[in-house]
Amino acid sequence: MTNLAYAGAFMALLGVALAGVIAFANRRLYVYEDPRIDQVEELLPKSNCGACGTAGCRNFAEKVVAGEILPAQCTVNAPAQNTVIADLLGVDAGSVEKRVARLACAGGRHVAYLRARYAGHTSCRAAAVVSGGGKDCAWGCLGLADCAEVCDFDAIHMDTHGLPVVDADKCTACNDCVEVCPKGLFSLEPVSRKLWVACKNLADGDTAEASCEVACTACGKCVVDSAPGVMKLENNLAVIDYAQNARAAKQAIERCPTGAIVWFDNPNFSIKGAESKKILRQNELPLISA
Amino acid sequence: MKLLSYFRGEAFQRGVHPPGCKHTADTPIRRLPFAPRLVVPLSQHIGKPSRPIVRVGEEVLRGQPIAEADGWLSVPQHAPATGVVEAIELRPSARGPWTECIVIRVYEASTQEVLWGTPQDLDAFPPQDIVLAVQRTGMVGLGGAAFPSHAKLTVPEGARVETLVVNGCECEPYLTCDHRLMVEHANDLMTGIRHAMRATGARRAIIGVEDNKPAAAEAMRRALPPGSEIFVEEVPTKYPQGSEKMLITALFGVEVPSGKLPLSLGMVVNNVGTLAALGRLLPAGQGLIERVVTVTGPGVARPGDYRVPLGTPISFVLDYAGAPAQARQVILGGPMMGQSVASLDVPVTKGVSGVLVFRGEDMAGREGRRSYPCIKCGECVESCPMGLNPSMLGMLAARREYDAMGEQYHLGDCFECGCCTYTCPSNIPLVQQFRVAKQILREKAAA
Repeated sequence: MTNLAYAGAFMALLGVALAGVIAFANRRLYVYEDPRIDQVEELLPKSNCGACGTAGCRNFAEKVVAGEILPAQCTVNAPAQNTVIADLLGVDAGSVEKRVARLACAGGRHVAYLRARYAGHTSCRAAAVVSGGGKDCAWGCLGLADCAEVCDFDAIHMDTHGLPVVDADKCTACNDCVEVCPKGLFSLEPVSRKLWVACKNLADGDTAEASCEVACTACGKCVVDSAPGVMKLENNLAVIDYAQNARAAKQAIERCPTGAIVWFDNPNFSIKGAESKKILRQNELPLISA
Repeated sequence: MKLLSYFRGEAFQRGVHPPGCKHTADTPIRRLPFAPRLVVPLSQHIGKPSRPIVRVGEEVLRGQPIAEADGWLSVPQHAPATGVVEAIELRPSARGPWTECIVIRVYEASTQEVLWGTPQDLDAFPPQDIVLAVQRTGMVGLGGAAFPSHAKLTVPEGARVETLVVNGCECEPYLTCDHRLMVEHANDLMTGIRHAMRATGARRAIIGVEDNKPAAAEAMRRALPPGSEIFVEEVPTKYPQGSEKMLITALFGVEVPSGKLPLSLGMVVNNVGTLAALGRLLPAGQGLIERVVTVTGPGVARPGDYRVPLGTPISFVLDYAGAPAQARQVILGGPMMGQSVASLDVPVTKGVSGVLVFRGEDMAGREGRRSYPCIKCGECVESCPMGLNPSMLGMLAARREYDAMGEQYHLGDCFECGCCTYTCPSNIPLVQQFRVAKQILREKAAA
């Protein structure tokens, strides 16, 4: 019986002693952390997408509390939610122009020719290492949906012609699709940039049009029709100087013969010029025979 | 070479035995006529693209330099035919992206004699001048890697080369261009070996030949200069013996450490095709303007080894060799490591060792075969000559965990021989996934 009492007393003493060590350590090794960091993190989407440029939502919360970054830098949150964060911290929410991912290609299966049919691992990256993927236009979209797969926000869907369509409302400009595309066709563009060249083909006009009906043929009509300095031709391709974006006008697209130059009336919908050729075909084009 | 015969039993661990299909082994090398237009890409090698030194409209002589080396890891290009430069523009390449090319319209009435080049006495050259002379020929590894030969023959400060290993394995099915070169041009090969030995300071040279090519071994033994330190060694046939690391293991029973070059063991490995071409071009002071290409496969009416001017479009080669219009798949290189091409407009470049053509009916069983989940049978692990775990690498690739593939599973050691994909019963395109992963890791390292 006494053995039991000794053992019990010993264990109790040991417990008290260890508790003392823990209490001591808690005091001495305590690191003060601003409780607002946790509160801010709670208000963030926790998608850790990296669109804001930080390592993740926790890191973003730390920087917001430290005042290094404004709440509006988080493009995933709704603006109202960012205002809540700003009010909590008593800072200005700031404003960031919304950016969306945009594809510089319009060559779906109904307008762009294939030279060879790719059979193998269904991924744009994998197809691109096999002689470029078989599309006649070496710069064009392969349509195997790497971007749609990598998008965490369900903002990219493939249309019936095998081209990715970006839902601007869901797109958070996280850069994942930009990184995954083997042809480098995606870029993040502020929504105020309405004029857009939906082509990257660097071949000469005839060759480009022979491989894709909606390719930029570098005819130069858009350059003539827009204000001086807004557009120019570079390596057989029309290029927009977005430093002059304020002067860009819808007129630039009107005479584009192929419809490669488009105007984004709203971020989700682009229109072609009146003189661009009408594409009625819905079916896939046949292979180009050698 | 009693020392070497000790290792004869097992060539190297793992690997596979694909069917040989070397149908063109007994056909002599024939010359292909000139195509009306030749397209010479400025980037046919690993390293910086060459810089053009001709202008559009300029007339060029066969063998004349038309582009110079841009820096050390680069080589010059020579005109493959007498003609006029029609354009310097972007053209499709076998890899996919369009690259800068010099387009030459060939003069039909020209005799196409090589009038360019001054004979040089290499025996009077010090080793570093031989290396420079090699660079002037524009030579790259003709086995397929297209790594500039002069860079390979350069021995860095502090290193010493004991042995020059000459790679005559040609382990890829179908290909016989190296075999024919060994049989027909053994003397050129010996000249090339002699100069390469002087350039590197190697004491001896060992030619490794697979034992399915007795004629080649026999021809080379006959051509051996008396009293020289050049030996011909036969090794048991197995794929991928033509990889330099595998050949060294097969010949000497030692393994090249991971991430190191054969140089760390005092060895330099060169392909027989490269050295045979060097043996012919170096004494004449000429440049590389043609190469031997195996044109074969079930879809070719007149298969054989052809001496093809560089820059000849694949479509012209196939027309001449008689490929039917229903050709379904065209591969540049061998069936294991070669590259399918999407366009027949791409030219034959320095690294193209073969053109394989398969018809629709040859592909019938293979097209549309889907891949199944990995059943963890371990076939790929047992076939990987580098001792990697392709199954695990494949699963990581599917999850896009490229960093783990590189750091924990030694993806960098994979040389894309294709054994894993060849043996996989689930038809998983492993080696293709690894190529993608390696490309992404390279991009990350460059960024």
